[in-house]
Amino acid sequence: MMTQATEAKETGLYLEAYEQLRQRTASEVPSWLDRLRAEALEKFSELGFPAPTLEEWRYTNVAPIAKARFVPSWTVDGAEEAGRRWADRVYEEARSSVLVFVNGRFRSDLSSLAALPREAVVLGLADALRSEHQKMIGERLARGAAFDRQHFAALNTAFIADGAFVYLPRGVRVEAPIQLLFISDSGPVMSFPRVLVVAERESEATLIERYVGAADQPYFTDAVVEIYIDENAHLEHYKVQEEGVQGFHVATTWVELKRAARYHSTTVTLGAQLARHNIAAILTEEGGECRVDGLYMVDTGQHADTHSLIEHRAPRCTSFQLYKGILDGRSRGVFNGRIYVHREAQQTDAYQTNRNLMLSNEARVDTKPQLEIFADDVKCSHGATVGQLEEEELFYLRTRGLSFEKARNLLTYGFAEEVVEKIAVDSIREQLNEVILNRLHATALDVR
Amino acid sequence: MSTNIELLANREYKYGFVTEIEYEDFPRGLNEEIIRLLSERKGEPDWMLEFRLKAYRHWVTMREPRHWPNITYPEIDFQSIVYYSAPKQRPKKKSLDEVDPELLRTFEKLGIPLHEQKLLAGVAVDAVFDSVSVATTYKEKLKKMGIIFCSMSEAIREYPDLVRKYLGSVVPPNDNFYAALNSAVFSDGSFCYIPKGVRCPMELSTYFRINNAESGQFERTLIVAEEGAYVSYLEGCTAPMYDRNQLHAAVVELVALDDAEIKYSTVQNWYAGDEEGRGGIYNFVTKRGKCLGRNSKISWTQVETGSAITWKYPSVILMGDNSIGEFYSVALTNHRQQADTGTKMIHIGRNTRSTIVSKGIAAGKSSNSYRGLVKILPKAENARNFTQCDSMLIGSECSANTFPYIEVMNNSSRAEHEATTSRISEEQLFYLQQRGLSQEDAVSLIINGFCKEVFRELPMEFAVEAQRLLGIKLEGSVG
Repeated sequence: MMTQATEAKETGLYLEAYEQLRQRTASEVPSWLDRLRAEALEKFSELGFPAPTLEEWRYTNVAPIAKARFVPSWTVDGAEEAGRRWADRVYEEARSSVLVFVNGRFRSDLSSLAALPREAVVLGLADALRSEHQKMIGERLARGAAFDRQHFAALNTAFIADGAFVYLPRGVRVEAPIQLLFISDSGPVMSFPRVLVVAERESEATLIERYVGAADQPYFTDAVVEIYIDENAHLEHYKVQEEGVQGFHVATTWVELKRAARYHSTTVTLGAQLARHNIAAILTEEGGECRVDGLYMVDTGQHADTHSLIEHRAPRCTSFQLYKGILDGRSRGVFNGRIYVHREAQQTDAYQTNRNLMLSNEARVDTKPQLEIFADDVKCSHGATVGQLEEEELFYLRTRGLSFEKARNLLTYGFAEEVVEKIAVDSIREQLNEVILNRLHATALDVR
Repeated sequence: MSTNIELLANREYKYGFVTEIEYEDFPRGLNEEIIRLLSERKGEPDWMLEFRLKAYRHWVTMREPRHWPNITYPEIDFQSIVYYSAPKQRPKKKSLDEVDPELLRTFEKLGIPLHEQKLLAGVAVDAVFDSVSVATTYKEKLKKMGIIFCSMSEAIREYPDLVRKYLGSVVPPNDNFYAALNSAVFSDGSFCYIPKGVRCPMELSTYFRINNAESGQFERTLIVAEEGAYVSYLEGCTAPMYDRNQLHAAVVELVALDDAEIKYSTVQNWYAGDEEGRGGIYNFVTKRGKCLGRNSKISWTQVETGSAITWKYPSVILMGDNSIGEFYSVALTNHRQQADTGTKMIHIGRNTRSTIVSKGIAAGKSSNSYRGLVKILPKAENARNFTQCDSMLIGSECSANTFPYIEVMNNSSRAEHEATTSRISEEQLFYLQQRGLSQEDAVSLIINGFCKEVFRELPMEFAVEAQRLLGIKLEGSVG
């Protein structure tokens, strides 16, 4: 009884905020969106926050999110200054192809789309909802990220107000990477960015999501990204999560691939005290190919959780997954990777690897790679390891005159390189190399 | 191709027959009265009754775990089960000649001629027919070495101190739903005690046999190996054909002290139900070993081919420094069988090591899941784990799943997990057939190669039996 009462209180904050949002935006949004949000809210109030007794949440306790008193973005000031403060987080390659969001709201004054071809549609979601693309958005939005089962997708859906809309008509190729920069820096704010990407046949683009925020206090980002990739289209996707160390970051990425579509993604997790990323790639037609990579690097006080699902629904698709974790201090890493091969998906090739490097004796890793296979003519494998730096390798570098920290960082760099080297955007690669090589502090000096 | 496989897979259950023996009736259902009655009927001391009642009271508060296993089955009505069945008691038998000839014939059909085995095989058999031990051989010989090998009921009477010390010490009565149920109502089982420094000269074995159509069987096995002792224990199962699902919720506890080693091997071939999945045994078993002492070792080897549902995770708690846990498993499912099986290796002591090798073979419309936990606690410095799970799919209507859980809490340990899923390649089959092997033999050969790493761990007699069993089980499923 007690828990029910407290749970009711925990969602109560969101019910209140929802009513406010509705009053503020009811006249501006299409009626279908109003209905969708209401439905999602109802679902969320039914589901509540996930309990650690649920199999999907056994290693991640979201009670700190449920208990915190976040405030909606419209009640905070200082968005303008916050936007300027973090303006340097735009990657060099995306200087003229960037959408900036502060506390989940699109800021056209800080954004620039000069480098994009005329045919490509890249808009703030609120603007797109008022444009001729409204119908397309209505058909696609919330069709993938199932809010009937996923607590945080439901919460995000209830609060859809802004975000990004990227539409690549047939054959359109965008050279410059499209960056979405999400800034949270205005007190204990909660934001619900929503991104919809529709890549039509033979189109090509690179999408970068980057999340940054203040380090001095907790805040909450609950993002949902839905991506549709049509026949022969190709999307390169990077997600760089550098939230403040007290921030909470929950993100859902859902991708649908059609015939011979290609999707390559790399998710980099560096920030937040509690981060959870659900990524699902659904291969619905023959010949699709996806590569879902990730690197998480956390230190004391951080918890990074990745749940991936690669669903093979059609024959002759391939999927590769490589997730690497570097854990220092009193941190915790969670990886749960699932490959699901349907009966129809004969001749599937699916690979998944999760490797974890424990730099500290107080770190903890929970990894759970899963295979669920219903077709017999398949090649599927997965592997997971948890280990540490080789003492011999460390020793060798030290005999060459490197300090312990240098040696350690160099070996860590080597460990991460397998993921980093595949990143095609130079600035991201350089940023990561920098982060790994220059980590000064070393909590675990206990080399035996 | 598929028709041949089907032919292979559909061979009837060889051991499907019913022995007609009078049964001592016991009311259906479960409550404290039933437990008192059961305990009284077995002439148990008060502490045993208390143990049962405590377990029962806890069980009442527990719920059946339904949400996490990858299996489906209809609701079990625990109140419609007969919790105790024993062949009509006669005065204690002094030799095999006094045993009901009907019973002995049953064992013969199963291929364990007791009187011959006594001398020939060098295997002591504690045959459990339904719930009460019928005959125990080789007891005298073992007794001279100080080894105790007897039924659990007898152990409770004769060696209460030992039983009291270790019973429930590895699987506490409140451990899980089925362990609690077992603790409350277990009817019989085996008890085995190897004293300090003794190496058990023969493989100890029990043939379990479920025979009463409506009685769930709740076995309780306890094996204790003192300092420096060694024992290899074999468990094999067959059961007759019945249309009603039979519940089997056994508990097996192993305790290994300093430098002791226990090797526990199982070949399980209970009735799996017919092709449509009707009938068959529900095998919900809790098996766990505790490496209590330094340098101790516990090794589980299992070949699981029967049961409608197999749901078990033979585990090792590695408490002593330098202790070793091993798990070798072949799980084969066909028709509509479901298996959710694997192991748990809990590393607590320093320099502990564990190895897991699991081979899953799914045919027909079956579902075969590996679920395993490797947990390395903060103090388990330099712990090491290696896990390999391979699955093979035969036919396009079955499924193979792998759910490993790896939890590591210090940075001097290493855990490795690898899993693959594949099928019998047509090239391999073609090659073997081209060399003159029949398709059946070719499949059998490939499967046996696939499982070699596990069979290698089985005692010789079992290895032969297991290979044959796999062949029989797969008859008709490849093509």
